[in-house]
Amino acid sequence: MTHETCPPLLLRVEDLQVRRGGVSVLDIPALAIHSGQTLALIGPNGTGKSTLLLTLACLLKPFQGRIFFGEREIDARQGDFHYRRHVAMVFQEPLLFDATVFDNVASGLRIRGVGRAEIERTVPGYLELFGIGPLARRSARKLSGGEAQRTSLARAFVTKPKIVFLDEPFSSLDPPTREGLIGDLERILYQTHTTAVMATHDQTEALRLADRMAVMNEGRIVQIGPVTEVMNRPADGFVASFVGVETVLAGRVLRISDGVFAAAVEGGEIQAVGHVRTGEGVLCCIRPEHVTLSTNAPLSGSSARNVFSGTIRKITPLGLFFRVRLDCGFDLVAYVTRQSVESLALEEGKSVVASFKATSVHVIPRKTSSTA
Amino acid sequence: MDLIVEGIKKAFFLIFTLDTEVLGITLLSLKVSGLATLISLVIGISVGTAVALSRFPGRQIVVSLINTGMGLPPVVVGLFVMIFLWRNGPLGFLEILYTPTAIILAQAVIATPIVTGITLAAIQHLPANLRLQILALGATRLQMVWILVKEARLPLLAAVMAGFGGVISEVGASIMVGGNIKGYSRVLTTATVMETSRGNFDIAIALGIILLILSFLINATLTQIQQRERPR
Repeated sequence: MTHETCPPLLLRVEDLQVRRGGVSVLDIPALAIHSGQTLALIGPNGTGKSTLLLTLACLLKPFQGRIFFGEREIDARQGDFHYRRHVAMVFQEPLLFDATVFDNVASGLRIRGVGRAEIERTVPGYLELFGIGPLARRSARKLSGGEAQRTSLARAFVTKPKIVFLDEPFSSLDPPTREGLIGDLERILYQTHTTAVMATHDQTEALRLADRMAVMNEGRIVQIGPVTEVMNRPADGFVASFVGVETVLAGRVLRISDGVFAAAVEGGEIQAVGHVRTGEGVLCCIRPEHVTLSTNAPLSGSSARNVFSGTIRKITPLGLFFRVRLDCGFDLVAYVTRQSVESLALEEGKSVVASFKATSVHVIPRKTSSTA
Repeated sequence: MDLIVEGIKKAFFLIFTLDTEVLGITLLSLKVSGLATLISLVIGISVGTAVALSRFPGRQIVVSLINTGMGLPPVVVGLFVMIFLWRNGPLGFLEILYTPTAIILAQAVIATPIVTGITLAAIQHLPANLRLQILALGATRLQMVWILVKEARLPLLAAVMAGFGGVISEVGASIMVGGNIKGYSRVLTTATVMETSRGNFDIAIALGIILLILSFLINATLTQIQQRERPR
């Protein structure tokens, strides 16, 4: 596990509660958002992700609780508009105005009373940044889903917000459009050093964009931490089922040969397959059912390129399978059958050999790295 | 058959030679109904937006009342406005009964619920999260309301058309409170009623054609507006 570098605190929440019809729908005893980081809120639909975002953006009055923006406490009950001018929010629907793309992007600046000359200077750069420069004069009524969401994002970023709140911004897009936009947003968040809080129910989005991850269930944060930590060490069965219990290792590509590349990860080297460049940051995801355990080195005929010896840290029964967490220099999770646990006499503290194929490693490119 | 053919011939002659009496009646109609519509817009858009954006006990009843008001029978409005403006009535001191002002007042009463109802529906029809999105862009409450009204401008244009279309073709209230005084409070509809009863079909048809053209222009514009796409 890598140590998290701790940039200054930007937003801090104390004892936040939101009620609807007398019933508590959100209960956050404490939450801290650090400057320049992206926090992903992940969880099933209806668990309070949107409610939390709206409350943080000062668009929903909490029943109780305090929110601090830097040193200053924001007046959540009064809908603090000075604070709202330092943040921005993007919804699942683009919610564009019936005007041109340019006028849509300029709207936040016009609301702030920014002069015409400065708007003419500022807006084109943001249109370019989001790849909608050629659409500037087009009516928002004639945009595709992806173009509309890019316009909505540009409209949020042009005001140079200290924090952007993103409420499932990619959910209504088709997969290729979504891919392109996620890549661009990743680059833009990194370039502009914007702090972001993003609700999503897609763990791949969280992996690509977020530094930290909070898993939510029934209005509460059940686990929060660096993305790799939450993915690799789910605190309970709910988190495990939701994040898919994958081993996620942040690494950097060392060398590439014959389509197979080697990536240095904390405490080891992983062989994997994928379109990467040397020196590029990657996340290597290994599904637990792809990891094979044995008590001695695998047979020479095995095609597994990744072989690690490690110590069993914890064995957890999961119905038909057992979840085995190993320490191989890094954390590695394997699912094994009851039969294997018995025949290999697996127990906590025992040394075993774990192996998986290079093709079993799911590679996610990542320009920014939480472990940097 | 001759009656109709001759009537139409005479009607076009009156229209194309810009007959002073027909022209005067048309202009007064436009002026009276235009002003009545303007008054109804100021009241209707404000009230409609306020009701659309607020939550208060009894709101449902208010909305029902507005919707009922959209279909107020003009004769009933005429009756009540007349009673109010009657010499001994509560507003009798104004001494405006049987004047164009009285017609404007009655027509404004007819058009205001129409504009209010359409405004209410237009603002409520905007995406639910749009209000939040505008606030998230840093707007004050006042800016938010202004932007919402601007976003609803196309359906609001429909409100203008519906209000104007409703009052310019209305006859009951105008004849009751205006009195159909020649050269003073005579408008297109009241004149048509009178000329028809006198058997002056040519003038009646000419007035009818003018009304039809106005009606057509209003509806054509409305249709144009309704066929436009919404932004994403």
